[in-house]
Amino acid sequence: MSISAQFDTWLGEFHLEVDFTLPGSGISAIYGPSGSGKTSLLRAIAGLEHHSQGQLVFGQEYWQKPGLFVPPHRRPVGYVFQETSLFDHLDVQGNLEYGWHRIKQKQRRISLQRISELLDLGALAKRRTDMLSGGERQRVAIGRALAVSPQLLLMDEPLASLDQRRRDEILPYLLSLHREFALPIIYVSHDRTEISRLADHLLLLDAGRVIASDNCQHLLTRLDLPLAHEESANSIFDAVATAVDQHFQLCTYRCGNSEFIVPGIAHQPGEPARLLIASRDVSLALSKPQDSSILNIVPAVVEAINAEQAGSVTVSLRIGDNILLSRITSKSVEQLALRAGMSVFAQVKSIALSGSTGTA
Amino acid sequence: MFSEGDLQALWITLRLALLSTLLLLIIGTPLAWWLARSRWRWRFLCEALVALPLVLPPTVLGFYLLLAFSTDSGVGKLLASMGIGPLAFTFTGLLIGSIIYSLPFVVQPLQAAFESLGRRPMEAAATLRASPLDRFLTVAVPLARPGFITAAVLGFAHTLGEFGVVLMIGGNIPGETRVASIAIYDHVEAMDYASAHWLAGLLLLISFLLLVLVFAGNKRLRLLRS
Repeated sequence: MSISAQFDTWLGEFHLEVDFTLPGSGISAIYGPSGSGKTSLLRAIAGLEHHSQGQLVFGQEYWQKPGLFVPPHRRPVGYVFQETSLFDHLDVQGNLEYGWHRIKQKQRRISLQRISELLDLGALAKRRTDMLSGGERQRVAIGRALAVSPQLLLMDEPLASLDQRRRDEILPYLLSLHREFALPIIYVSHDRTEISRLADHLLLLDAGRVIASDNCQHLLTRLDLPLAHEESANSIFDAVATAVDQHFQLCTYRCGNSEFIVPGIAHQPGEPARLLIASRDVSLALSKPQDSSILNIVPAVVEAINAEQAGSVTVSLRIGDNILLSRITSKSVEQLALRAGMSVFAQVKSIALSGSTGTA
Repeated sequence: MFSEGDLQALWITLRLALLSTLLLLIIGTPLAWWLARSRWRWRFLCEALVALPLVLPPTVLGFYLLLAFSTDSGVGKLLASMGIGPLAFTFTGLLIGSIIYSLPFVVQPLQAAFESLGRRPMEAAATLRASPLDRFLTVAVPLARPGFITAAVLGFAHTLGEFGVVLMIGGNIPGETRVASIAIYDHVEAMDYASAHWLAGLLLLISFLLLVLVFAGNKRLRLLRS
């Protein structure tokens, strides 16, 4: 199953010209600067852009092609708008039940009770929507979209209107709902942190065109794309927790043949976790340092070194099947005489987590 | 207090106002929705036409209606061919006049209410499997409720106070087209100020209570679009 779209269409003053296929599982993020057409593209997928010209196939099902336009209420999608757009004339329960009542009984795969448990909505059921906080509104909006048991969930920057604390609060819900319901999600965002924490697949959009569409891990570390050179550039390692050290309060994660140790016990052995490593937290050494306070020193092979920008250089390092980015000075590159193919040791100063039981 | 003729006039007034309001809501709702949503470039012509009774002297409107209703006119002939008798000086004629005359008082608050909704609630409803009619009835109408209340009250109250159009096309037939406002005029003509007081006071009271009802129910209400 997959989702393929070809649009070549004017939406108002905006020209959307895309041709791509997204996997039918996992979280696909549409990433790009504001005004790049992310929201327009998502709306076109939902059928909210009636005048769009193009073709859209979901699995075997045509949602749009010349001469055919399945209206939005007949597409099996759930949509979470950036501003929650709850119905103010209904209470929270009424909002959740709105779509629920409109689907056939046999289509109901996700129960209202499960949604309520998952998103912690029980206590809010009788509340008026204008009495909710921003985070609560967003949870209700997500629950409402899930209540139609969608086959595809579309989310338009659902966290953009929230502060960092609320984001951290909702992100784990997103991860768990995607895992629990095996629901493919297309997620629009311009926030690098969100993307690297959530996305499996990445679609890069700029000025209404697709720049690249690939596995998230891969795109984030490709030196020929702007992503690897952003100030907050990072690399992703999808790992599994293997051991916990109660004495030192550490957790060990394995990814391929490499092990990483992260302070705090955020996972139990066997649980999957995503490790996020910022490029600027990775330094390089030619021999393995024996007297360092840094716990994570991993052997790696230099894959490529990009051109200098203001004295800084991004080096991509191969560690098994993964790529790790390192941001170092061009002076260091010269001193170590780094070049592609060299074996080095990557010293990782800090690792952030994004996983099933939350963040650390 | 009230003579039998006065009571009859009040009853006709009430019936006229209720029927007009009902029909105006039925006609005005789709019209207001269309005006609020349409991107047709000539839409403003329709808006101007709907607003015309706001500025037109009622006698002008009444005059043209009277001409249209006459059996010599094209409209009159068309109506006659459909088996609809001469409408001048009948309750039905009065009803048609009121509907045209009060149209902006119903359409404008509804249009303003629909416009203030924006597209988003309807789009949200669409992604929640609601068909266009379903989402109109279950989202747009409830969200525009203050607009409906305003529209109904204004339509009702405005018909209640109608005089010029009635005089032109309805005349003064007791039991058929003699409404309260005409009855008051008659009393004053006959120097029967006591009877005029009772009727006028009652209309004043009803109108005031209606508006109190609306403003109490919706404190942020503005009668017409600014």
